Amino acid sequence: MSEQVVTQPGGESPAPDEDRRDWAGTWRQITESSGLVVAMAIFAALVIAGLLVILVDPDVQEAAGYFFSRPGDTFAAAWEAVSSVYGAIFQGAVLNFDSSTFAGTIKPFTQTLTMATPLIFAGLGLGIGFRAGMFNIGAQGQLLIGATVGAYIGFAWHLPFPLHLALAVLGTAVGGALWGFIPGILKAKTGAHEVIVTIMLNYVALNLVAYLLTLEAFLPPGQTNPKSPIVDESAQYPLLLGSQFNLHWGFILALLCAWGVWWLMERSTLGFEFRAAGANARAARTAGMNVTKTTILVMVVAGALAGLAGSAPVLGTEKALTDQTAGSLGFDAITVALLGRSRPLGTVFAAILFGGLQAAGPTLQTVAGLRPDIVYVIQALVVLFIAAPPLVRTMFRLPVPAHEKEVAA
Amino acid sequence: MSAPAIEPSALAHPEPGEPVIKRRSWKAPIALGVIAVASLVIFGLLSPSGSQTTFVFARSTDFFTLPTLTVSSRGAAIVLSVLALLLAAYSAALAANYRKPGIWLPVVYGMAIIGSLLTWAGAGRDNTSIQFTGLLTSSLFLAVPLVFGALAGTICERSGIVNIAIEGQLLAGAFLAALVGSMAGNAYVGLIAAPIAGAAVGAILAVFATRYWVDQIVVGVVLNLLVLGLTGFFFNSIMKTNPELNQALSIPTIDIPLLSKIPVIGPVLFQQNLLVYILYIVVIVLQIMLFKSRWGLRVRAVGEHPKAADTVGIKVNRTRVRNTILGGAVAGLGGAFFTVASGLAFGNNMSAGKGYIALAAMILGRWSPRGALAAALLFGFADALRVQLGIIGSDIPSEFLAMTPYLATLFAVAGLVGHSRAPAAENIPYKK
Repeated sequence: MSEQVVTQPGGESPAPDEDRRDWAGTWRQITESSGLVVAMAIFAALVIAGLLVILVDPDVQEAAGYFFSRPGDTFAAAWEAVSSVYGAIFQGAVLNFDSSTFAGTIKPFTQTLTMATPLIFAGLGLGIGFRAGMFNIGAQGQLLIGATVGAYIGFAWHLPFPLHLALAVLGTAVGGALWGFIPGILKAKTGAHEVIVTIMLNYVALNLVAYLLTLEAFLPPGQTNPKSPIVDESAQYPLLLGSQFNLHWGFILALLCAWGVWWLMERSTLGFEFRAAGANARAARTAGMNVTKTTILVMVVAGALAGLAGSAPVLGTEKALTDQTAGSLGFDAITVALLGRSRPLGTVFAAILFGGLQAAGPTLQTVAGLRPDIVYVIQALVVLFIAAPPLVRTMFRLPVPAHEKEVAA
Repeated sequence: MSAPAIEPSALAHPEPGEPVIKRRSWKAPIALGVIAVASLVIFGLLSPSGSQTTFVFARSTDFFTLPTLTVSSRGAAIVLSVLALLLAAYSAALAANYRKPGIWLPVVYGMAIIGSLLTWAGAGRDNTSIQFTGLLTSSLFLAVPLVFGALAGTICERSGIVNIAIEGQLLAGAFLAALVGSMAGNAYVGLIAAPIAGAAVGAILAVFATRYWVDQIVVGVVLNLLVLGLTGFFFNSIMKTNPELNQALSIPTIDIPLLSKIPVIGPVLFQQNLLVYILYIVVIVLQIMLFKSRWGLRVRAVGEHPKAADTVGIKVNRTRVRNTILGGAVAGLGGAFFTVASGLAFGNNMSAGKGYIALAAMILGRWSPRGALAAALLFGFADALRVQLGIIGSDIPSEFLAMTPYLATLFAVAGLVGHSRAPAAENIPYKK
């Protein structure tokens, strides 16, 4: 975590024993850090999800039928069920030791990074919004409109490689920015609540794209299936590790964006204004900042990043626009931004964690026979626990920090 | 209005001490006028002359049979559009005198525009006709989860808790209704189980909002994901292996004696199932309770100014917790619509975003049960119209009809259709 705040043990009388006091201080720093809360939240979520798996496992149910004669069987079956699920998640998301080649062994992790790419982009955008006091639920719509513009440039225009890709990527950002501009200006000019506006715009975008995918201009000749032509090779992200892996340069672009967002929020005047408007809009206005302009700009930047998330499927993995392009990426990105505490580095790690859970989906299905729905449960529980540090502290009997920090977002 | 940097929202709601400046509001007349002109041109003038539209009103169960109505498509559309235009002009005349029209004007206006849309859509189709009664019946039916969801939102938000989790509550209700109904072998038992599931989701929301002071929107969004994951998980594990736990049960349609035989009104209002009749009761009771009872006054006080409410001895957080659980139960009951009230078995993500539309209906209905009902019926009508136009084959892409509820809400929150103002203490945890 980028923001492990060291709490100052102010006002305490110095302990006589120098050595003891250091130990106590270090222990307090560890137990009070938000990093530990995050780790414990993930742990708690995995435990609860494990209990669910045990609950529905047929072998466990069978063994539980004769629990009192041979209780060991029940626990063995329960252990079997849980370990097969978490084994499958590890095998699908991190390393596959069943594979004989090195490439096959590390392929799951590259798949995790591929899945994390759109989540990083969109999570960064949402994080900016959260820190500026805007709860933007519209990443889904912004992503979809961005993907539409980018895909259209990708398959309708025919240009040489670097230029075509650059324009298509730019197109995704512009499309998303446009879709973010609408709630921004409505909020700034009419006070319309961005949560409602962005939810509504998600559905407008979804229907708009569904409509576009019935037009001849968006379909391959003679097709009615709602899937656009494949984008030109000159507009696709080149593969990062060769043709054996799906990981593409979009991931590197996402990391660059994370650095850019860090610079914007922590080092630039504009980022300072964003944060000031989020912390206290009235104070920011009194200080002479143009909060109207800031509100619009925040949403434009957030929208552009969400739009860039759309470039990962249409220019990287699926290489075409469908009505399912957005999937649940926009909503997953909300959980990513919340878990990452709206900070760029945290967002990258959170995106990799949730990208890994999603990458494990197919393996879960084949190895453990479970549909990937359990992944949603884990994801939701993690964020729920993270959002309520007091709950996690109570569960694990951690001490309450001397200075209770407000939860970001 | 002298300070240069006034918040936009403050413009609309002057502080109690400020002098109230009367302003002419031209937004509504202009919007009405533009739509009426568009209707006149597209549905009336541009449509080919000579074709006819047939409307069917009658049902076989009626006391007496209403005749089918066949009109000249172009003529009827022009007459109705001109009527709408006149109404827009009247509203402009009122606005010039700083006055606002009564509720009848938008209602009549809306009927005129929809009538002209329907005559246009049914024009020149000899073998098909507009099933008017059927259209209204399915409008009401499709509006059921939206009304329950919007009522749930109203109950929670009036006490100061934002309920984004309506979607999850609907889905949980649908799931438990199917599960418990199938286990008991009786759809009515499922109908009883549904509110329990919704209340459970509401209880989690209440705990996180009042005890841990987590941002209520965050909890709501996450709860939706959690319920989606949990129901999907159980559906794919337990229900797939034990199909007897997920049967397509149905609560029967109950005809109210006599009333159900009135033409048009009877089939629409009084040939429905128990859930719809419960809906009538819940809307009426909540409307009265929220605005005429001591309970309602206290709830609204907690939602608007919790500190003042606390000062006079109202338990703020207790009120909020109770309301959130009650709201969850109402939404859960609405979730029964998807399974036992529609005669379907549970399916993954059945609510399919209806909870978010319910949220929109709540806002469009300005946080009142009556308004929520009206807005939800409007959305239900848009949905039913989409289905009907799909059957008769219309030139309007169905995607645009599907968009209308969302666009209507956008216009509403942007202040084009009057101001909608949320309870003041919404999403602010009450810390003593």
